[in-house]
Order: sequence, then C-alpha cells, then structure tokens
Amino acid sequence: MSAVPATQAPAPKPKSYLENGHTVASWLLTGDHKRIAILYLISVSIFFLVGGIAAGMIRTELLLPKGVFLENDSYNKVFTLHGIVMIFFFLIPAIPAVLGNFLIPLMVGARDLAFPRLNLLSWYVYMAAGTLGVIVILLGGVDTGWTFYTPYSSLYSNSQVGLTIAAAFLAGFSSIFTGINFIATIHKMRAPGLTWFRLPLFVWAHYATSVIIILGTPVIAITLLLVGVERVFRIGIFSPELGGDPILFQHLFWFYSHPAVYIMILPAMGVISELISAFSRRPVFGYHFVAFSSLAIAGLGFLVWGHHMFVSGQSMYQGVVFSLISFLVAVPSAIKVFNWTATIYKGTVKLDTPMIYALGFIGLFLIGGLTGLYLSSMATDIHLHDTYFVVAHFHYVMVGGTIMGYLGGIHFWWPKMFGRMYPDNWGKLSAVIVFIGFNLTFMPQFVVGYLGMPRRYHYYYLQPEFQPYHIMSTLGSSVLGVGYFMPVLYLLWSLKYGKKVGDNPWGASGLEWETSSPPPTTNFLEMPIVTKEVYTYDAEKAEEEFEHRQELIEEVTG
Amino acid sequence: MAAIAAEQAHSHDHHGPLHHQFEDLDQQNEAYLVGMWAFLVQEVMFFGALFLTYTLMRWQYPMDWYFAHNELDWKLAGFNTFNLLLSSFFAAMGVRSAQLKDRKGVLLWLGGVLLCCLVFLGIKYVEYALKWEHHLVPGPSFFYQGEANPGVAQMFFGLYFAMTGLHGIHVAVGLIVFGILWLMWYFRKTIVTEDYMPTEMCGLYWHFVDLVWIFLYPLFYLIPHP
Ligand code: HEM
Ligand SMILES: [Cu+2]
Repeated sequence: MSAVPATQAPAPKPKSYLENGHTVASWLLTGDHKRIAILYLISVSIFFLVGGIAAGMIRTELLLPKGVFLENDSYNKVFTLHGIVMIFFFLIPAIPAVLGNFLIPLMVGARDLAFPRLNLLSWYVYMAAGTLGVIVILLGGVDTGWTFYTPYSSLYSNSQVGLTIAAAFLAGFSSIFTGINFIATIHKMRAPGLTWFRLPLFVWAHYATSVIIILGTPVIAITLLLVGVERVFRIGIFSPELGGDPILFQHLFWFYSHPAVYIMILPAMGVISELISAFSRRPVFGYHFVAFSSLAIAGLGFLVWGHHMFVSGQSMYQGVVFSLISFLVAVPSAIKVFNWTATIYKGTVKLDTPMIYALGFIGLFLIGGLTGLYLSSMATDIHLHDTYFVVAHFHYVMVGGTIMGYLGGIHFWWPKMFGRMYPDNWGKLSAVIVFIGFNLTFMPQFVVGYLGMPRRYHYYYLQPEFQPYHIMSTLGSSVLGVGYFMPVLYLLWSLKYGKKVGDNPWGASGLEWETSSPPPTTNFLEMPIVTKEVYTYDAEKAEEEFEHRQELIEEVTG
Repeated sequence: MAAIAAEQAHSHDHHGPLHHQFEDLDQQNEAYLVGMWAFLVQEVMFFGALFLTYTLMRWQYPMDWYFAHNELDWKLAGFNTFNLLLSSFFAAMGVRSAQLKDRKGVLLWLGGVLLCCLVFLGIKYVEYALKWEHHLVPGPSFFYQGEANPGVAQMFFGLYFAMTGLHGIHVAVGLIVFGILWLMWYFRKTIVTEDYMPTEMCGLYWHFVDLVWIFLYPLFYLIPHP
C-alpha cells in the first residue's frame, strides 16, 4: 500500500493547538479560540462546583421541616449565591463560551473567530466578574435572590448588593463580546461554498443566541447600574418610597431575563441537533424549520417577559397578551422536538454516551417546556406562582435541558478537543445516573409546589406533610451530584490514559471532523471548500440498515 | 498582544494591516463593519433602557419635570450641540481623507474632532460644577427650592446626571480613541494608513455618540410647558 519512496519522509503531522507553546503565558495571552475555550471550560467548571455546593446546602437545609443548619439570613444568601453563580457564571457562558468558542470557527471553516483579542478580553472580563463574585462571598454574601427585586435590593438589603451588581454587569459584557464575535464570524468568515443553509444547526442556534445577547444584555446591565445608583445616591428610580416605580424594574429585568433563558437553552438545542443527527445517521428532519425556529425563538422570546409578572400589578389586559404570546413561543420549541423525533424515526440509532444525554434532553425539555405552558396561563399561574412548581419548571429546562446538552456536547466533542476517548461505559453509566438523579430531585418539586410549598422558604414546619417530597428531592440531588462528578474523573483520566482516536471517531459529518484531532492552531492546513450539503448521512442507507435490523429482530423473535 | 502574533508566526505571514484569521482585506473590513454595527446595536439597547425610564418618569410627573428642567442652561448645552454636530462633520471628513490616503488631511480633521471633544467636556464640566454649587447634585447635599416637588426634582437630576454622565463617559472614551488614532496616523502606522477601516470604525462610534446627544438635548433642556 505504501507507495511513498523511502527517501521522502512523510509530511510531519502539524502541531496541534495543545502543543503550540507550553508556558503559562502561551495560554493566558493566547488569541486561539480553542485555547480560550479550554480556559472557559476550566473556569465554568469551577463555578459549577461552587453553585453545586450551594445547591447541596439548600437541599440539606430542607430535609427537616424546621430546617437543619441555616438561619433565615444565611439561607437567603445561599440560594442567592446558587442562583447568581449558576445563571450568570455557568449556564449563560457554558455552551457558547466553551463549545461555541471551540467549534464555530471549525464549523464555518475559519482560522479563528473574527476578533481573537476581544475573545480573550471576554474571558478576562468574565474572570474579573468571577473574582468580584468570590469577594462578595468572602464579605458575607448577598441576599436579594438572583432577581434583585427593588426596593429590597436598592434600599433595604444590608448585604453586598453593590459588588454583586458590578459582577453581574461585567459578566454581561463578557457575553456581549462573545456575541459580537460570533455574529461577525458567522456572517463574514464562512468557507467558500458554505452557504447559510449548509451551516450546521449548532451554528444557527449560536447565531440566534448572539442576537439575543446583543439586544438583551445591555438592558440588564443598565438596569442593574440604576439599582446601584439608587442604592448609593438614594435617587428614586425603582423604589416607591422615593417616587420611583418598582414595576418598571421588573419590566426591565424580565425584558432581559426571559430572553436570557433562551440564551441558556438555544445553544443546547444546537448541540442536540448535532447529536441526534450524528447518532441516528440521518440528516436532521426539516432542517430549515429547525434553523428558523431558532430565530423565531429569539424574536418571540423578547415579547413574553410579562409572564413573570402576572401577579405583580401589571394590567390584566397586558397579562392576557403576554400569556398568548407565551403560548406562541412554545411552538418553535415544539417544532424542534418534533423534528428531532422525526430524525430518530427509522434512523440507525447508536446509543453512545452523547446520544443518551441527547435523548435525556428531549424527555426532560419536553416536561420543562410543557409545564411552562401551565405557568403562562394566568389562571393557573396565580396558584403556582412563587411555588416549587416554578422551581421544578425552570430546573427541568435549565438543568434537564441546558446541562444535559452541555454534557452531551462535551462528550461528543471531547475526542476532537483532546484527541483521546473516555471509557464509553463509564460515560453511559454517568448519563443514566444523571437522568435518574435529576428526575428524583425535581419531579417531587412539581408535586410539593402544586400542594403549596412556596419557593425561597427555608422551613415548612406548618406543613410537615411536605417532608417526604423534600427528602426524595434531597436524595435525588445526591445521586445527581454523583452523576456530575463521574465525568470529571473519567474525562480527566482520559486526558492521559484515554485511547487515542482518529480525526472522526463518530463518523460524523461537519467540517470540524475533517481536520485533525486535536486541530492545529490554524484549524485547517488549507482552506476547506464546501461542496456538500449539510448532514450528509445517507438517509437511504440508514433506512436499509433499519429494515435489515427489523428483519433480524423478527427472525430472532419468530 | 505579541503572543497572538507569535503563535501564528510559523503558519502564516503576519504583516501589514491584515490579521491572520482573514483571507484578505475585504473580508477583514466587512467583518469589522459587522462587528462594529453589532456593538452599536448593543449601545442602542444600553441607552434604550435609560430612555424608557426617562419617558415613564416624565409621563408620570409632567409638571415637575418641566419646572425642574428650568434649572438647566439650554444655551450652553445648545452651543455644545452645535459643537458636537461640527465634530461629526470633522469625523466624516477625516474618514474621507483616510480613504483617499491623505495623511495631512486626516491629521487636520481628526485634530478638529479632538478639539471639539475637549470643548464638549469643558462645557459639561462647567455645567456640572454649576449644578454642584447650586446643590442640585442628588445625594445628601441636594437642596432644591423651585416650583417642582423636591423629591421629583431630585429624580430629574438623578436621571440627568445618569444619562448625560453616561454620554459624557462615551465622549471621554472618544477622546482617548481619537487621540490614539491621531497618534497612529502621525507615526504612520500601517494598520491605519494602509486600511481606512480603523478610522471608519472610530467615525461610526463618534456618530453614534453624537446621535445620543441629539436625543438628550431636547429631552432635558427643551421641555415645553405641558
Ligand atoms: C416553552 C416555553 C416556556 C414557557 C411558556 C415558560 C413559561 C414560564 C413562566 C410563565 C414562568 C413564570 C412562573 C412564575 O413565576 O409564576 C417561568 C419561569 C421561569 N422559567 Fe420558563 N418557560 C418556558 C421555557 C423556559 C426555558 C427554556 C427556560 C430556561 C432555560 C426557562 C426558565 C425559567 C426560569 C429561570 C423561570 C423562573 C424565574 C424566576 O422567577 O426566578 N423557561 N417560565
Ligand atoms: Cu419567562
């Protein structure tokens, strides 16, 4: 087979991005999107741990109707810490800044993002925000909840509101920088032949996410700034005592924070589209619909914020409109779920670790999304508002959706990032444990919330009958914790001992699989030219295999 | 960031205004433009929340808003408006000179922008200092004895300082940006002399800053009797 003359040495394998410099400075001053993604991977993992510890404290406290070890004040601080860290420092950056950063240039066939320095700056700003966050914890924490509702946050709270606002403000700008970078890159740096409709759905989802980031994040930034101004100078803006308008705060807050939930879920949906198609070996069913549903979510997502304020004193007629538009926004989400299901149908499904996460995502997101509809019907929401039902709803979408998607994506692209494979059996086991632990944690919260357990309370001794649900939930959260910790161990293990794999271990389609694993610093040795449609899995072949398997099954079962 | 350049050095020649991640200058310039516009959209939303707050407050307290605004000096600010418009004209001419690679022209026009920046900030300083003397800066020293409700007057001045202050910060950033740009042209740095796009982007930013003021001026200084 080897026809190469002995004198002509084979071309040396290009240095991978991991080998291009080993000093600390070569990491901390890098412009390489892949290295910045790794920096982000490490940092968001640390914050995930911090948020997770706070979650463990919350669940422990709720084991007993009278509480276990936290005072009112410290409980408030713990759940605030949990919310702020998880939302601003983990869920929002996790998929875009780690997977998006790593993959978008690869997927569009570019050497890097459009603005490498801005990308690095975004990480530094994120770290500055994180450092402020740690300082806040050391100085005693903050107790307003992640929602910073006025007038409590601006006039009454005696905790570190100012610094926390500064941290959230900075974290916001770090994601704005990422968003600007993605938009410019996706618009202008696609390889020749890579038309918009040949882009992987992962890229579409990140494009929609970036649009939301750019339109929404500045609003929360300025709103939090105004809370700070009101707190420091006592000028009435949001506090009725001073002539301000607290409902205005809620409008501005949710104008960002509802779209923010799509900043968290859309990238995960992008990941799931890739996984489903790769492990069913079929192109995503209704590609255009899935692509446009991302944009529809980005657009409609800006028109529904009032569903968080049904009982806040906004006009009832406003509530009706917000309720109807909230029903509408569930349509594009449903389109995605249906199309993924249709993709799997008659596909040659391979249940590798990433696929198990993806299937988990579909199930859990379905429940999370549907309960969102209960909450956006005004009549039911009056009963359910501020109960554990809401807590369960958003954990189903954020933990069951975003974190499942994130972990699925990490497992899928891990061999691309580091060139080594983790032990698949451990991966499958962890995925199943996460799924079980998750449901055990949050399913009881739907019930106890429906029965009337309010959120953000640290005791329930007037209703001791709630205890079994809380015990189940706490038990589930420890299972979930184990499920999350396992990947940390075997993924780290695999960095050194994992089996080396080729460029495309999954046999997946997409430009990122056409370069070496791990990729060289410039991603591709020569400019890729795209002549194929997206997701070129052979549908007919998949169908044949499917029928063949059906025959086998029939033979076996008689 | 020397490391970025060094990282890419083996694989790609790095000289002139073209950065390693782009194929050619056209692609780079277009990407810059998209990025800049995305940034400006972000800025619009950033100020947008403030304008919304202003609108609601003024709608709620129309009379007090009117009385409080009488404390502001519309003539000084009017001069400043003219001054900013002029600076936008200078900036546009500067960009044109950059496109024509006319270094002298660029230095001249951008010098004009810098001058206007300084004048604007100077006048703003005088205005703020007067407010401070008259105890119209919100906070413990605030003392107002006009026809408006003092609490609402404080809200008015709170928003006044927040919005013009944020705008002022943008002008100060403009001063720095144009200062650096001017020096780069002066020292004939190829990044700016070979490619007009950096100058164009500074110009875009400056027009945006100007535009914000075009809204701020009537909203704060020219309130009609309701
Ligand atoms: C299918 C579309 C969805 C609908 C119709 C929906 C509806 C709602 C409604 C009406 C509420 C307010 C409940 C209340 O406070 O009484 C709510 C809360 C919440 N939702 Fe959703 N939701 C949807 C999807 C999502 C997604 C995808 C996420 C996140 C990834 C999410 C995250 C949240 C969060 C974090 C809250 C609670 C905010 C808080 O008060 O702290 N939702 N949802
Ligand atoms: Cu919402």
